[in-house]
Amino acid sequence: MKVAGKRILVAVLCGVLLAATGCGGSKAPSGTEEPTGQKAKEIEIFSWWTGAGEAAGLEGLIELFKEKHPDISVNNAAVAGGAGTNAKAVLASRMQAGDPPDTFQVHAGHELLDTWVAAGKMEPLNDLYESEGWMDKFPKDLIDMLSKDGQIYSVPVNIHRGNVLFYNYKLFAENNLNPPKTFDEFFQVAEALKAKGITPLALGDKEPWTATHLFENILLGVLGPDGYKDLFTGKKKWDDPGVREALEIFKRMLQYVNDDHAARNWQDAAQLVATGKAAMNVMGDWAKGYFTTDLKLKLNEDWGWVPVPQTENCFMVISDTFGLPKGIKNREATIEWLKLLGSREGQDVFNPLKGSIPARVDADTSKYDDYSKAAMQDFKTKALTPSIAHGSAASPGFVDKMNQVINVFVTKGDVDEAIKGLVEASAELK
Amino acid sequence: MLTLPDVIRPGARVDKSKVTPSRSRLTTALLYVAMILLSAFFLMPVYVMVVTSLKLPSEVTLEQMWQLPRHLSFASYQTALQKLGPHLANTIYLVVPATIISSFVGSLNGYILAKWRFRGADMLFTFLLFGMFVPYQSILIPLINFLQAIGLYNTIPGLILVHVIYGIPITTLMFRNFYAAIPESVIEAARIDGAGIMGIYTRIALPLSLPGFVVVGIWQFTSIWNEFLFAVSITHSTQQPVMVALQNLSGSQIVQWNVQMAAALLAALPTLLVYIFLGRFYVRGLMSGALKG
Amino acid sequence: MTRLSWSRVAPILLILPSVLAIAVFVYGFIGWTVYVSMSNWNTFVPDLSFAGLKNYIFLFQDYRFQSDLRNTLFFSVLFIGLCLFFGLAMAVLVDQRLKGSAFFRNVFLFPMSLSFVVTGVVWQWILNPSTGINLLLKALGVDNPPLWFVSTRIVPAWQVGKITFGLPVAILAVVLAAVWQMSGYAMATYLAGLQGIPEEVKEAARVDGASSWQVFRLITLPLLRPMTVSIVIMLIHVSLKTFDLVYAMTGPGAAYVTDVPGVYMFETTFRGNFFANGAAIAVVMLVLSAIVTVPYLLSRGRRDLFDVDVT
Repeated sequence: MKVAGKRILVAVLCGVLLAATGCGGSKAPSGTEEPTGQKAKEIEIFSWWTGAGEAAGLEGLIELFKEKHPDISVNNAAVAGGAGTNAKAVLASRMQAGDPPDTFQVHAGHELLDTWVAAGKMEPLNDLYESEGWMDKFPKDLIDMLSKDGQIYSVPVNIHRGNVLFYNYKLFAENNLNPPKTFDEFFQVAEALKAKGITPLALGDKEPWTATHLFENILLGVLGPDGYKDLFTGKKKWDDPGVREALEIFKRMLQYVNDDHAARNWQDAAQLVATGKAAMNVMGDWAKGYFTTDLKLKLNEDWGWVPVPQTENCFMVISDTFGLPKGIKNREATIEWLKLLGSREGQDVFNPLKGSIPARVDADTSKYDDYSKAAMQDFKTKALTPSIAHGSAASPGFVDKMNQVINVFVTKGDVDEAIKGLVEASAELK
Repeated sequence: MLTLPDVIRPGARVDKSKVTPSRSRLTTALLYVAMILLSAFFLMPVYVMVVTSLKLPSEVTLEQMWQLPRHLSFASYQTALQKLGPHLANTIYLVVPATIISSFVGSLNGYILAKWRFRGADMLFTFLLFGMFVPYQSILIPLINFLQAIGLYNTIPGLILVHVIYGIPITTLMFRNFYAAIPESVIEAARIDGAGIMGIYTRIALPLSLPGFVVVGIWQFTSIWNEFLFAVSITHSTQQPVMVALQNLSGSQIVQWNVQMAAALLAALPTLLVYIFLGRFYVRGLMSGALKG
Repeated sequence: MTRLSWSRVAPILLILPSVLAIAVFVYGFIGWTVYVSMSNWNTFVPDLSFAGLKNYIFLFQDYRFQSDLRNTLFFSVLFIGLCLFFGLAMAVLVDQRLKGSAFFRNVFLFPMSLSFVVTGVVWQWILNPSTGINLLLKALGVDNPPLWFVSTRIVPAWQVGKITFGLPVAILAVVLAAVWQMSGYAMATYLAGLQGIPEEVKEAARVDGASSWQVFRLITLPLLRPMTVSIVIMLIHVSLKTFDLVYAMTGPGAAYVTDVPGVYMFETTFRGNFFANGAAIAVVMLVLSAIVTVPYLLSRGRRDLFDVDVT
């Protein structure tokens, strides 16, 4: 009897121990329980740069950082996921739970301002900008995208251009076609290609952002840079005739896309252009990296590019930036990292590898390929506009709803319904 | 009500060879045709994976997906191994203890709920079982908060704890059905001999449980091995298990499919081997807990 | 303390750690989710003020969520039905004990060892309408091969609420991939059941003049009922929580023909920062699981799952 009692006690204890396994378990090093002592300086860098070129770029930066700061160890916490969705989920959970990484990747614009900054989780970096003399090294339009109420909240590392129309060079040459500069020209070219049995426009909207990406470029083409920006300040309403016109053009364009667009991601769509099955594709210029690095194709031999029709004077900006969360353990070390990111040297290490261009306007152009040189020139001279699909122009809530509207529109083509949906979604604009 | 003969008891051997009905050649041929067609369907994706993994990146296109590679290239396996290697150890540290602990917890629960029924035991069972249906994406934030509070956040033990707890419903269910097949008379006899609850567990239930452990073990092993959501949210960088590393092979914008497929095959190898070598015991284990569902 | 009371208390004490863990990790967190689902937390900044049923009302009027409910219904029914059918067929085949059936059994089982993420990608390629399996079909002379998951057709097209109700053809592709992965589970369970049926029972029926089909229908099938129950419970759990497969394979699909609540919840919460809406989706998913399974567990399931005395 007593024996039975003891056994049960032992068993219960075992159960409790089982449930609490690991409390006494491995003493593996971890990011949260910082061991006290010498090795206290470690920074955790959170990003979604795990792919070939981008990971190499990040590693390059980390190497450079270690040379300069041998006493600080760097923990590269990259999490993959289509356009960063997994990464965003992990980051959001960690931030909500009060465990921010020392610094993390975030797109310039509202993705930064309406989330982390609005929640009061970020430190302003104006002092850093002043002391490093960055105020005139980055374009003012870009700094504005990182600022709220005069406070700057992150350091931009790279720039991708969103309004690029890639085309198959040989197909255009063989058919004596010129890349379109206006939407009218676009439809003429598209008709000519269609008559030859070539798919005029490649689209891969398995992930809905690609359709939004195409649509935002049409919006920009129709409304111009100022009209486009007004949509997000409330100066222009979403039932504006211009929006309707853009939707009509979008709908007409969709008659020229590949049938299986819903089965492809952007890369599969770009592939159609690369292999000559389709003639054109509207995509951010990371597609250039895919053409040249992965498929080994040559500019102006295999593929060519022009700005999306009627957006020649614009540069749709997609910029990755890093900020300084409040309450991190290694603030000083993290600031050193941010200094490197914003430096000319750092940007010129990262960007050639990633295939993007530097956010600074004084970079060493000799390190970049011909496409990037042209893009760097445009970045200095054209009107910079924020991308919706990539989180810069509007709050994530708006982007999510707009993606839904566009996804349904692509299938149903109901312009009135889409406008109604966009007007409803605009309640999320802040 | 059907009475269940002794043959289905745990450990009982079923010998049907002597009663296999004779079959015409035609039937046999048809059976083979059916099985071969089904196998072709089952193996088709594997073919695509293997072929793709051996290609050069420029050959990987949707149009050429069925074609054999023009040049065999094992480079993708090398890259994959390099990237996955360090995380393999994490996965082992995770999967082995998690599977063992979770099987024992399930076994104990199942044993009690099947053989030591108290008032409300069925309600309690439903209470535990319902945990199976929680959509995990919705509880990430409180989960991380909780793990931080007990200091297990971003540790493999923390991940083990999570897998053990969310494994309770399924392991309990499996073991409960398994122990249900042990005749009450055996338990009663041991009780008369003076054995207590733990005594009967260790002396009678556990020794009979091997097939049950095989089934539950395989199940937990594969699901923990393949689990992604908890792994990616609870652990960072160096602590991350292999499934997260597998996902991390694909970039934010560009995916190298040959490396991806090679890595997927490598990462699936252990679970695949488990099924190939233990498949027979899996069915046998299911069988000994069988006919009670 | 007497022996009697110990034997009453002991089982409860032994199971207590599990019960407590589930109480916190399942019910505690569900409570949190319910609380969030009735709050105004629809931006990144937490706002836990009480919003009543606002988020639920929004959801049930939402085009995407209505589509999700439709898709889940058809997906679950087809997925579970086909898994049962193929599982049983394969189990019967393997149970014939022909030479090499062990090999076939392993072939049918192995997809279970893969992660849904991997499966999703491969099936997405195979069922891509312009390549994949359609290349083979075209070679075989099929002129209009199916569009698979790109199809936006819905049959029959009834207008219900904001959406067109019916079977979205695209979901069939997802069902196919899911059946490929999970029918092995049904097979293994049925196989165990088949091998547990004493040959004498069937033999007796045969002696009485029953045909093979009659033996199968009147003796084998009823004896397999408990297997069916446990397979269905397991597969409901898989199908209502489907996430990785759809996410990797098709995404939400054109006009949400392949979207499921799990994907919607993940995207709206973490991409759109609609935390309260996301929580409401989770609660609806839970309630659906409960509606489908709990009555069964509590009533007739008792017989199959709960009764323990083998007499």
